[in-house]
Amino acid sequence: MRALKLLALLPFAAFLGGCDFIVLAPAGDIAAQQRDLVVISTVLMLVIVLPVMALTVYFAWRYRQSNTAAPYEPDWDHSTQLELVIWSAPLLIIICLGALTWMGTHLLDPYRSLGRIAADKPIESKDAPLNVEVVALDWKWLFIYPDYGVAAVNELAAPVDRPIRFRITASSVMNSFYIPALAGQIYAMPGMETKLHAVANKPGTFRGFSANYSGAGFSGMHFDFKSLSNADFDKWIAGAKASANMLGRTDYLQLERPSQNDPVRLYRSVDRDLYKAILNMCVEPGKMCMSEMMAIDAKGGLGREGLNNTLPLTYDKYARRGAPLGSEPTFVAGICSMDEIKDAPSREITAPLDLTPLRGFGLKRPPFSPAHPSSTSLLLGQRPKSES
Amino acid sequence: MNPDLVKMIFGRLNLDALPLHEPILVGTFAVVATGGLALFALVTYFRLWSYLWREWFTTVDHKRIGIMYMILGIVMLLRGFADALMMRLQQAIAFNGADGYLPAHHYDQIFTAHGVIMIFFVAMPLVTGLMNYVVPLQIGARDVSFPFLNNFSFWMTVGGAVLVMMSLFVGEFARTGWLAYPPLSNIGYSPDVGVDYYIWGLQVAGVGTTLSGINLVCTIVKLRAPGMTMMKMPVFTWTSLCTNVLIVASFPVLTAVLALLSLDRYVGTNFFTNDFGGNPMMYVNLIWIWGHPEVYILVLPAFGIFSEVTATFSGKRLFGYTSMVYATVVITILSYLVWLHHFFTMGSGASVNSFFGITTMIISIPTGAKMFNWLFTMYRGRIRFELPMMWTVAFMLTFVIGGMTGVLLAVPPADFVLHNSLFLIAHFHNVIIGGVLFGLFAGINYWFPKAFGFRLDPFWGKLSFWFWVSGFYFAFMPLYVLGLMGVTRRLRVFDDPSLQIWFVIAAFGAFLILLGIGAMLMQFAVSILRREQLKDTTGDPWNARTLEWATSSPPPDYNFAFTPVVYDNDAWWDMKRRGYRRPLTGFKPIHMPSNTGTGIILAGFATVMGFALIWYIWWLAALSFVALLAVAIGHTFNYHRDFHIPADEVVRAEDARTRILAAGAQT
Repeated sequence: MRALKLLALLPFAAFLGGCDFIVLAPAGDIAAQQRDLVVISTVLMLVIVLPVMALTVYFAWRYRQSNTAAPYEPDWDHSTQLELVIWSAPLLIIICLGALTWMGTHLLDPYRSLGRIAADKPIESKDAPLNVEVVALDWKWLFIYPDYGVAAVNELAAPVDRPIRFRITASSVMNSFYIPALAGQIYAMPGMETKLHAVANKPGTFRGFSANYSGAGFSGMHFDFKSLSNADFDKWIAGAKASANMLGRTDYLQLERPSQNDPVRLYRSVDRDLYKAILNMCVEPGKMCMSEMMAIDAKGGLGREGLNNTLPLTYDKYARRGAPLGSEPTFVAGICSMDEIKDAPSREITAPLDLTPLRGFGLKRPPFSPAHPSSTSLLLGQRPKSES
Repeated sequence: MNPDLVKMIFGRLNLDALPLHEPILVGTFAVVATGGLALFALVTYFRLWSYLWREWFTTVDHKRIGIMYMILGIVMLLRGFADALMMRLQQAIAFNGADGYLPAHHYDQIFTAHGVIMIFFVAMPLVTGLMNYVVPLQIGARDVSFPFLNNFSFWMTVGGAVLVMMSLFVGEFARTGWLAYPPLSNIGYSPDVGVDYYIWGLQVAGVGTTLSGINLVCTIVKLRAPGMTMMKMPVFTWTSLCTNVLIVASFPVLTAVLALLSLDRYVGTNFFTNDFGGNPMMYVNLIWIWGHPEVYILVLPAFGIFSEVTATFSGKRLFGYTSMVYATVVITILSYLVWLHHFFTMGSGASVNSFFGITTMIISIPTGAKMFNWLFTMYRGRIRFELPMMWTVAFMLTFVIGGMTGVLLAVPPADFVLHNSLFLIAHFHNVIIGGVLFGLFAGINYWFPKAFGFRLDPFWGKLSFWFWVSGFYFAFMPLYVLGLMGVTRRLRVFDDPSLQIWFVIAAFGAFLILLGIGAMLMQFAVSILRREQLKDTTGDPWNARTLEWATSSPPPDYNFAFTPVVYDNDAWWDMKRRGYRRPLTGFKPIHMPSNTGTGIILAGFATVMGFALIWYIWWLAALSFVALLAVAIGHTFNYHRDFHIPADEVVRAEDARTRILAAGAQT
């Protein structure tokens, strides 16, 4: 497999030695597995694409009009054997690719917690994931570290080899959260939450950005992702703690106004429920949260009077938030306090910690051990060093 | 003057809407206005207005409408390509802190307009034009099922194009990307007229496209010559049928989703808002339920063209006709089951993503089978490398690369790293240029002698071919590379200087394509000048196989004096082989539809209404809507819809052809 990978990269290496093919040479295990899929699928398809291209050139040349030596059969238009081949050859490739896709998609589901740190490094229970709450703002990124109570704008740091659990939302329009070196992207959508699990395996500074056009300041909407050693990460957190900035609700409302090419900013403290409030679109004091509204609606709603509650909710409907005139006052205040906001029941997909292949209840594991017990691949999942 | 009154009369239209502060736009306007005035003066000087009105604008002849579609497509190609050049230039120079020459406000309009124009007003008219021209001839019909509707459809498409072009000089275009995803396209984030131009341009044109789809489906189902069963239809007719079925089934979705978006924007509903239970992601789903079939709407006719061209220029029956037809039908059906692959990254979950990924891959099976069918049509043929065949071979070599990267993007985890990157841009240009556009160029070169009676000049054609093909590779291969370097689309400035070289190469490629387009225009001009040398007197310059080559070039208004009878799927080849003799006597008067100006008038009112709605000029919108209804109802009282071409006129036309054929046979 490894040889195959290198082989596929060879032409690139030869021509483009100086370039930074971050997608093909990432620093995180998830991105590396995604890269593997890119390479394997490409090689698999080349199996059929290259012969087709060669045949095209060959037939075009051999059966050119001036070559009267070549046979000419103007009425030959059917061959059952050939038909079988031309339908089954792509079919076989697609069956392989389909199987690969099904497994790859589930194993690399961004909502799924990590099953390993790296190809040769299983996950250990002490590797508690680092939680990061990501908010795509107009046009900058806010990262909140709930475990540490700090936050940063346009800079993200994480320790090497520690799983990171991102929860991602946006303040106004759709963006896509993407750090090519770390893992594939996922949309950041207002009022909705997406998740991403990833881990960085190499220290370094990598580029992260929005991969979905979001308006005038889109080009400047990038940040540095710093993959640090544990000590450096602690230092980074300490640095944040030492900054003078605090991020409360009113500070956030100021921050979320559209601005371009923002400098890095660290916050020593963050409103505990800020992320939940952003997600539920109720940062403005007194505004009813979506979760609250949905809870009321789930119980049958507030009847016609409830209209009064929703009518003034012009949160971001008629003007980009932070418009000069500000927002209209809310008619009916929220009923619950922020503390009561419950996280919506969310889909947690956990990778199994025991990675031995599934077998029927009560059955013994078949006496089979892979040729190279240490080798792991997408197809086989990860096998611990044989117990049989 | 009272500002309320002004507002009532002009809506939000005022002098600020004219982009006088944008030198690029003022310059463009000067050029367009000078050109337009010159054209206007020429037409007036040569007293062509009444000719144009009688013979072209009001025509219901599918051949003339087809030609007008092609002209629209080529004119709009120039606009769409100008946008592309500007983007390439901006991205090639905006490095190392340089801001380039386009501010975000302008650049964002350009990439939006480029996508919208290239898909809706270049690819669609060119495809519809070719289908309009060729399909009735291929099935031995006199016209389409609803000739008036055909004229109306064309003018609605023009109306949409006019609105989009107008946004260049009055107001501005959308700054949202070509699919105008909310919430960005909703009123809160795009309060200006750009998105409204987008909505109404597409709505007006969409009516035309849907109606033309219905028309061609009816034509193919009902008007085939006797003997032409479904499995004897030429492959281009088959792919046209599938394309039009796709149009009829998918364009209403686009109309509906744009209607919902305009309700959000105009009356404050909450279909796609962040708040109030709206869900922007519903829009993304709906627009791609139209958008994915749209890709096949464009590419299927191109596949049909390649099938005709390969068989003709290999001098051979098409290999695997039946499997070709089934492949087309399978693609038609599957194209509805893959839309979610455009947004795997939305977080739909692994099972949903794998389902859509795998259905997408399955489409590559019939597509691959088609590729092999063309390949084995060439096998043991006698291939003449005329221009259409050259485009076909270029297509086969280029399209497989695009197909491969497409299947790669269908693997969700691979898509996570390549989605929205320049890799994606390279992929879809690879299939749209390498598939659709190469197909259209093959088709234009192939059918041009049929439409005009003389061939296109091969020298300029080959020049155009080589510039286009090499330009394509120079312009888009670097984008694949950049995509693998993690560069995303729609960026205006860059700060990593190592990327610049790739953008410079891409800009060079765009420049080569510019030469290709120039050579193509030269090819038309030179061919018109040399039309006597390039003349086709036989009606069958390529020794082709299908019915359209059985009649003269250009065909008479009535296409066929007698409806041909079909015994084989290569009907004309079969007729030639069996020693078919043209009937020389016994001509009868031919029943034909009359021209009418109703189509252009209706489309004119629809365009005015669109303009009024964009600028909130409510009285004008209401007035033009009433006028629209009145004209439409008035037209139902028009009882002079048909006439007969007298028998002696048919005799005269057919005798002339007999003489030309005889003269051709002697030399």
